[in-house]
Amino acid sequence: MNRILAVLHKEFLQMRRDRMTLALVFMLPLVQLLLFGYAIQTEVRHISTVVFDQSLSAESRDLLQSFSASGYFDINYTAGSYDEVSRMIDSGRAKVGIIIPPDFSRSVKRGEPAQAQVIVDASDNMVANQAVAIANSIGLIKSQEILTRLKNIGGPPYDIRVRPWYNPDGITAYYMVPAILGIIVTMTMVIMTSMGIVRERERGTLEQLIVTPVKSYELMIGKILPYIALGYVQITVALLVGVIVFGVPVRGSLVELYLLTLFFITASLGVGIFISNIAKTQMQAFQMSFFFMLPSILLSGFMFPRDAMPRLIYFISNLIPLTYYLDIIRGIVLKGIGFQYLVGQVASLLVFSVVLLVMSVIKFKKKVA
Amino acid sequence: MIKAAGLTKTFGKTVAVDGVSLQVGKGVIFGLVGPDGAGKTTLIRMICGLITPDRGEVSLMGYPAAEIEKARKSMGYMPQRFSLYGDLTVMENINFFGSLYKLDRDTINRRAGEILAVTGLLNFKKRFADNLSGGMKQKLALTCSLVTRPGMLVLDEPTYGVDPESRKEFWKILYRLNKEGMTILVSTPYMDEAELCKQVAFINKGKITAIGSPSSLKKDFGFKIFEIRAGTRDPEIFNGLPVLKDVSFYGDKFHVAVKDPAAALPAIGEWLAGKNVEMMSCKEVEPSMEDVFVSLAEKEVL
Repeated sequence: MNRILAVLHKEFLQMRRDRMTLALVFMLPLVQLLLFGYAIQTEVRHISTVVFDQSLSAESRDLLQSFSASGYFDINYTAGSYDEVSRMIDSGRAKVGIIIPPDFSRSVKRGEPAQAQVIVDASDNMVANQAVAIANSIGLIKSQEILTRLKNIGGPPYDIRVRPWYNPDGITAYYMVPAILGIIVTMTMVIMTSMGIVRERERGTLEQLIVTPVKSYELMIGKILPYIALGYVQITVALLVGVIVFGVPVRGSLVELYLLTLFFITASLGVGIFISNIAKTQMQAFQMSFFFMLPSILLSGFMFPRDAMPRLIYFISNLIPLTYYLDIIRGIVLKGIGFQYLVGQVASLLVFSVVLLVMSVIKFKKKVA
Repeated sequence: MIKAAGLTKTFGKTVAVDGVSLQVGKGVIFGLVGPDGAGKTTLIRMICGLITPDRGEVSLMGYPAAEIEKARKSMGYMPQRFSLYGDLTVMENINFFGSLYKLDRDTINRRAGEILAVTGLLNFKKRFADNLSGGMKQKLALTCSLVTRPGMLVLDEPTYGVDPESRKEFWKILYRLNKEGMTILVSTPYMDEAELCKQVAFINKGKITAIGSPSSLKKDFGFKIFEIRAGTRDPEIFNGLPVLKDVSFYGDKFHVAVKDPAAALPAIGEWLAGKNVEMMSCKEVEPSMEDVFVSLAEKEVL
């Protein structure tokens, strides 16, 4: 115990003097949250649109009016030919082109299907998906309107009402901020602790340390504990930014959130300290951390929904601590659920922590070469 | 205190240490002397259990390699490279290492005070280790390995790159510790330091070429050394003279090693006369450790 305290004290002293790193620990959640919180908007509005209206009728104007009223399409350009539409989209000035044929009005009046073409620049997937979905539903709604008018019935035969729980207004920040918080914490924890052992190896201080009676578990624990404190500082800063700047509601219990976060922090530290034990240089450790971070961000469910992943990738995403923490933090912050719904996630993180720490202690040999 | 038998370590294709056996008795200053790359550091690291030998056995204070942790409680080690924390102060470094041995603060402070007074670092307690001079760094490293009052101290080239004045002081401290009963194993590339040891092992190309006290090594040397002053400073003036076992040039004088002075001396005179070089003086001198070592190293090559 004494020796753990000695290592702990030493780490705190060194941490305190490393002003740059300390500043980074505070600035990272602040800057990242502000940047990502504002920048990441999965909802695309105001898509620049070009129109080639050959019908120039009341019906065509009515349809175009529906498009622009939706708020998703800004009709910025009108074209006089098909070629002009394609030039607009090629050059990127417009992402969507709406082409209405000359016989549009006549077909509507006759009760025949009136065709209108919507061209979407699908080189940007996010924009394209949104545009396609909205264009389709505008088509459906307009058709319905006309049908109900013609058939003289009270309303459409099916009436499905969707109620989005937990985030009824679909505010992206509510969804993103807790996730970014998780990413920041895991990133800082992994990178900082991944340097822990290998830095001593590189500087030569490990050689002196090895000949002392310090045991490997004492060294590992002493090196990890200060970072738990640091992790909590980060989470607090990030939560404050989330609540104050983005108005993210914290619906569940803060105490529970802080308690369960411990498992995530130790799992991340476990990853870091394990990297530190297998890396030979700080550069290697940094690269390994990076190698770990990228899949964490991409596969944890932060970027893409895990339900859409192929089976193998889904399995890999189970090996990422962040995956479980996203469930925990989104669960507590947005859904207001408690520990009883998160037992599985907590247990997984606990397994991560224990396995990684034990492997680190075993892997750490008191040898220089 | 230290027993090593048949220690061998290979890195890739180079044999760094080749079947080295040695014993260091209690209360001895044992010097491990050899040029750079001779295998001193590898040998010392194997003795301290920092590297696992390919072959051979080490025991420290009666403990075999498997129980080295027990020996570590009462031994100090000072690596060649400065291995303390540059971003900690002198006292913080000492406190850290002291508390790894479960010493309480008072004990550490008291002992550190004593040692720092001897090493002259008392006024630098609050200075960051990175801001110490080379010699002071070594003294700090020594202090850290001494707070635990080890019975045995292993030092790997402690005076490497340290100025001559600090080297002298450093050795004074080692002598003092030894007088108090501490066993010391020290490696050095400096021959003058070899003279200061009670026992010396010469190591060259991974092998021990001679072992013994400095005086017995000189006695068993088997060659006579003559110091020659001549009217030339050409270090290669004696090249090609077969009776000379070895020639060293010291700026204004030559040391030549000869087996049989009666035959060699006239030959030297003739050789110099033939080169039209005046011989100013020629007298026999005591062989230095360097003379002994140089000729041992040559023998190895032949």
